[in-house]
Parts: sequence; C-alpha cells; structure tokens
Amino acid sequence: MSTPIELPKWADVSLVPILAVIVAFLVAGLVVLGIGENPVKATLLLLKGALGSGEGIGYTLYYATNFIFTGLAVAIAFHAGLFNIGGEGQATMGGLGAALICLRFDFLPWYIVLPLAILGAMAMGALWAFIPGYLQVKRGSHVVITTIMFNFLAATLVVYLLVNVIGKPGLMSPETRTFAASAHLPYLHEALAYFGIIIPKSPLNLSLALALLASAFVWVLLWHTKLGYAIRTVGHSPTAATYAGISIGRITLITMAISGALAGLLAVNEILGVQGRLLLEFSSGYGFIGIAVALMGRAHPVGIVLASILFGMLYQGGTELSFEIPRVTRDMIVAISGLVILFAGALDGLIRRPVAGLFSRFLKSGV
Amino acid sequence: MEIYSTLIAILESGMRLSVPLVFACLAGLWSERSGVVDIGLEGKMLVAAFASAAAAGATNNALIGLGAGIIASIGFALIHGFAAISQRGNQIVSGVAINMLAAGLTALVGNAWYAQGGRTPPLEGNARFQPLTWPGAETIDQIPLIGPVYAHLISGHSTLAYCALVATLLSGFVLRRTRFGLRIRAVGENPAAVDTAGVSVTRLRYFAVIIAGVLCGFAGSYLALGQAAGFLTNMTAGKGFIALAALIFAKWRAWPALWTCFLFGLLDAVAIRLQGVMVPGIGQIPVQAIQALPYLMTVILLAGFIGKAIPPKASGLPYVKER
Repeated sequence: MSTPIELPKWADVSLVPILAVIVAFLVAGLVVLGIGENPVKATLLLLKGALGSGEGIGYTLYYATNFIFTGLAVAIAFHAGLFNIGGEGQATMGGLGAALICLRFDFLPWYIVLPLAILGAMAMGALWAFIPGYLQVKRGSHVVITTIMFNFLAATLVVYLLVNVIGKPGLMSPETRTFAASAHLPYLHEALAYFGIIIPKSPLNLSLALALLASAFVWVLLWHTKLGYAIRTVGHSPTAATYAGISIGRITLITMAISGALAGLLAVNEILGVQGRLLLEFSSGYGFIGIAVALMGRAHPVGIVLASILFGMLYQGGTELSFEIPRVTRDMIVAISGLVILFAGALDGLIRRPVAGLFSRFLKSGV
Repeated sequence: MEIYSTLIAILESGMRLSVPLVFACLAGLWSERSGVVDIGLEGKMLVAAFASAAAAGATNNALIGLGAGIIASIGFALIHGFAAISQRGNQIVSGVAINMLAAGLTALVGNAWYAQGGRTPPLEGNARFQPLTWPGAETIDQIPLIGPVYAHLISGHSTLAYCALVATLLSGFVLRRTRFGLRIRAVGENPAAVDTAGVSVTRLRYFAVIIAGVLCGFAGSYLALGQAAGFLTNMTAGKGFIALAALIFAKWRAWPALWTCFLFGLLDAVAIRLQGVMVPGIGQIPVQAIQALPYLMTVILLAGFIGKAIPPKASGLPYVKER
C-alpha cells in the first residue's frame, strides 16, 4: 500500500478521472433510483436538455464558462501546493470590483469601460486571495482556513455595501442599478449577428472567449515560463525549490493573486455578460464546483475545459430535467459535484489502485 | 430594569444560538486532536438535521429523531474517515465533498419525499425537544435581579442544550485526564510514537472521527428539533464554519471552545437584536459588521496578532506505517 501507485501517463490523465466520474454517476443513479425515479430516463432527459437544442448548447457553454474560471483558479493553486477554497469569495469580490467601475464609468464608451471593469474584477479577486496568501507567508496562518473565512467576509461585505452604500433604493432585493449598455459584454448571438450569422439566443457571451484565453494563458504560464516552472517546483517539493533559490513566499503570493484573479473573472460572465447589475449570491456555488472541475481535469487547462463542459451540461441538463421530473431538482447537481470531488479527489486511490493492478498484471503477461 | 431584562433576553438567545456551535466545535476538537482535519462539520450537521427531522416526523418521537440524526452523521463521518484514514486521501478535499454531498442530498431527498421545496413538514409536540422548566422557575422569576437569571438562563432550555454542557465536560475530562484521551492527543501530535507503543493509529483516529459524527448528530438534531420545528434547506447556514473558527479561537481545547461558542452565539443574538436599532451617539450599527466579527477575529487570531493558535502537529497528515 505504501508504494507509489504507478500508471502510464495517459491512463493517469484520462482513464482514472473518467472512471471516477462514472462511479460518481453510478452512485448518483442509485440516489435517483432511491427517490423512485428512473435514472436512465433522467440521464436521457438531461442529455437532451443540455445538447438537444441550440439554445441548450448555448446555456451549457454559458455555465461551462463559469466553471472554467473557477476550475483554473483552483488548479493553478494546486500546482503550487496551495488549496484555494476561497473561489466563492474571490468571485463575489470580483463582482464588486466590476460593479464599482461600471457604476462610476459607464457613461464612457465600451472600449474603455469593459476593459476597466474586467481589470476591476480581476484586481478585487486577486486582492481577496492575496491577503490569505500574505497571511500564510508572513504570519503563518494556513490559506485553507483563511480563504474559508474570507468567503464569509466577502459575502457580508457585499451585503453591507448593497444594502447601505451602492444599492439602488426602493428595490425588494439589494442590488445596484442596471449598468448602461456600454458596460454590457455582448452575447454571442448578438456578436455573431453582427457578422450575419444567426444562432439561437442564450446567455452565452464573449466571456467564453476570455475563458479559453485564460486557459491558454494558464497552460503557457505553467509549462512554458520560468515562473510556471517555479510554481510547479514549489508544489512538488518546497525543499528542492528552496535549494534552487526559489522564494516560496514570493511564489505563494503570486500564485494566490493569479488564482484569485481567475476566480474574479467569473464576475465578467455573470455581472458584465448576463446580469448587467451587481446582486447577491451571483456566485451561487460555482467557486466550490471549481474544485470538482479542477480535480476531474487533473489540474490541466485542457482537462478543465472538458470537465467544465461536462458540468455545464449537468447544470443546463439538470435545469431541464427538473422541469420534466420535478422530483429531481437541481440539487442533484450539487450532490453529483460532491461525489465527483470524493471519487476524483479524496478517494482517488480507490480507483487508481485497481487500475494500476490491472496494468501491472497486463504488462507482466505481455512481456 | 428594562435594560436588565433586555440583557437577560440577549444572553438567553445567545445561549440558544451557541448550542449547535458547541456540539459542532467539540466534534471538530475530537477529530482534529486525533490528526484528522474536519471541514465537513457543516455537512454532517446538515444530514443530521434532515435525518432527525424526517425520523421525528415519522415517529412523533424526538429521541428517535436524535438517534437517526446521529446515525446519519456517523455515516458521513465514516466516509470522511475512510477517505482520510484508510485511503490517506486529502482531508480538505474530502471535507469539501462531504459538505456538497450533504447540501445536495438533503435538498434533493427532502423535496422528493415531502414536495415542500426541500423542507420537512413542521414538527410539534413530542417530535421536538421542548424547553425544560426547572422547579419553581416561575415563582423565582419574580425575585429581582437573580430571579430572571434562574428562570431564563439556567432553566428553560431544551434537553439538548444541557447535553452540550455535559459534552463539554466529558470531552474536556476524557481528553485531558484519561489514557484514551492522552492517546487521541498523541496520535494527533506524533502518530509514529503511538504506533511504536503498539497502539493502532487507525483505530484511534476512527474512534475520534465517530465521536465527531455523534456530536455533529447532536448539533444537527438541535437545529431541527430544538431551535426550529423541522428541516429547512441549508439550515446550517455556515454554522459548521463558525464552529471551525471557534475551535481555532479556543486553540483546540474543550472549555475555551464552550466560551468561544457562547461568545459567537452572543454576537449572533446581538446582531439580530440590533437590526434597525439606533444606538445613541453611534447611530445605526450595521448588522453585517457584527456578523463578520467571528470570521474576522479568527483571521486576526490565526495571523498571530492576538496570541497564537497552533493546531495539533500531525493534523491533516495521513499516517503511513513504516515498512
């Protein structure tokens, strides 16, 4: 048991996570069966809802955009050996950053407001992860606990600001006024209509391009730059990093800031792309599901994009499913995410060991 | 005199609000003292709340509800234990999974069973833990100053609230004064030494994790059967994390855990009381500022600006026996 579990690389990055997801789905299927519904029918409805129409695909990709951002945020921290559970709070603060810019500057043309608002979202997200990073480096408090606390602090701060400072008076729920049109990131159907291509309407917006860009950025950063090398070294072996002259503290701070900035970008999709105003709880759990996405995608941008699409399908298909079978609510998706985190993360060995066993037997008999 | 009765009322509601925190915090204490980090307190409380409400509703018996809550919570604790101890998986990841699984499953099953948007039907009578009125509480209440203390602070809480006190007493005593407690603490500081002494690390850690499950069962049952009258979706609302904060604040010790939880409960009560109240000379105190205090205080404490909180040395580290 104590020997490391060796697997060919392709099996490690594809077979193991796929098996983990299959196991998670089988357990989820049992749950559906347990509440007296047909899991096969539910799966078919889910797939139909997610991919059965152009609109469905649009929604799927719109949800996937959120997961790419939060998944990347968790993944880059993983590579430095850090666990950032604060995606939720960083995204919330990102929303605040974007909203503050929009409220102040949305009389300006879009080519000034939008970049500023995106930077605002990244900056506030980065700040909300940088402080826990700083406290770990300088004061020795662990980022896991601090980022959890910062999730709650962000939530209460934004409630306070929306109720007392930046909220629009006279509304039932605390939210800001709607931003001017110049602060709206175009929907994909609007953008493509400009070029004469007509696609079905959905909340899918240009943030998807930003998400793919961010994935490419993370890939280049981690595997093709000196900084990325340093990040991965710190994650693999802090001792080796120290001997190599890499400052662990500096890398921790930089990684946390990048991680937070990525989580903050979620606000670009939700606030600038869809809502057009700041409201409460727009991050609605995406930060936590980002952990599932990162684990399933093996902390690699390609894997994360694929895992995000899967979770996007679950979200969109789950919504449609809950219309067809009201007994299977969208809470199912939260439970499935929990199962994926369990089987692809904490119980990883449960799947890896038998697979490794099969491989070694197969290889021995082959030789 | 009116100020005094307000004070008593705030203290009373602070005590009520701190009961689930005390149970959850002690659960975290047992688990983390044995070296298993537990951020899944929230999830275990939630399944316990749901299971207890469902069972109490079906049988009209609060004790059976409590039993079901404890069993459900132990079930989730064993998943965490299996992942953290046997599989040597990442304990934080496992805790996050427990929380999400609990949030999803309770809402899903609750909605499927009762079709009331995830809540259980309201409980009444024997299905709930009623406040215990101590002898002569009403008469003694008339005595100025001391009377209300007896009638509202000492008497008049639910059975489970007194259990929280007993749980603190027991946890403190067992962990400090008994051989079992010493071993639990040792396994959280230096598991190799315990192993060398011929005591099973795995067994001890499973014990601690199960005790944590039992205590979270009490915490969740109190929420559903004592404080509220039934289960509401996500009714723990971050209490598991406040308990975690309290645990750090108490520096992983039982009695300080009780006081910290009471303080955090009191803050909650004050926040509720101050909603929309103008304080002379200061104006309106934002409720959010008070709600944020437990988290803020924990961050400041962890950063070592007031004292120092050092976790058990081996907490979070899976134990690998040498070969």
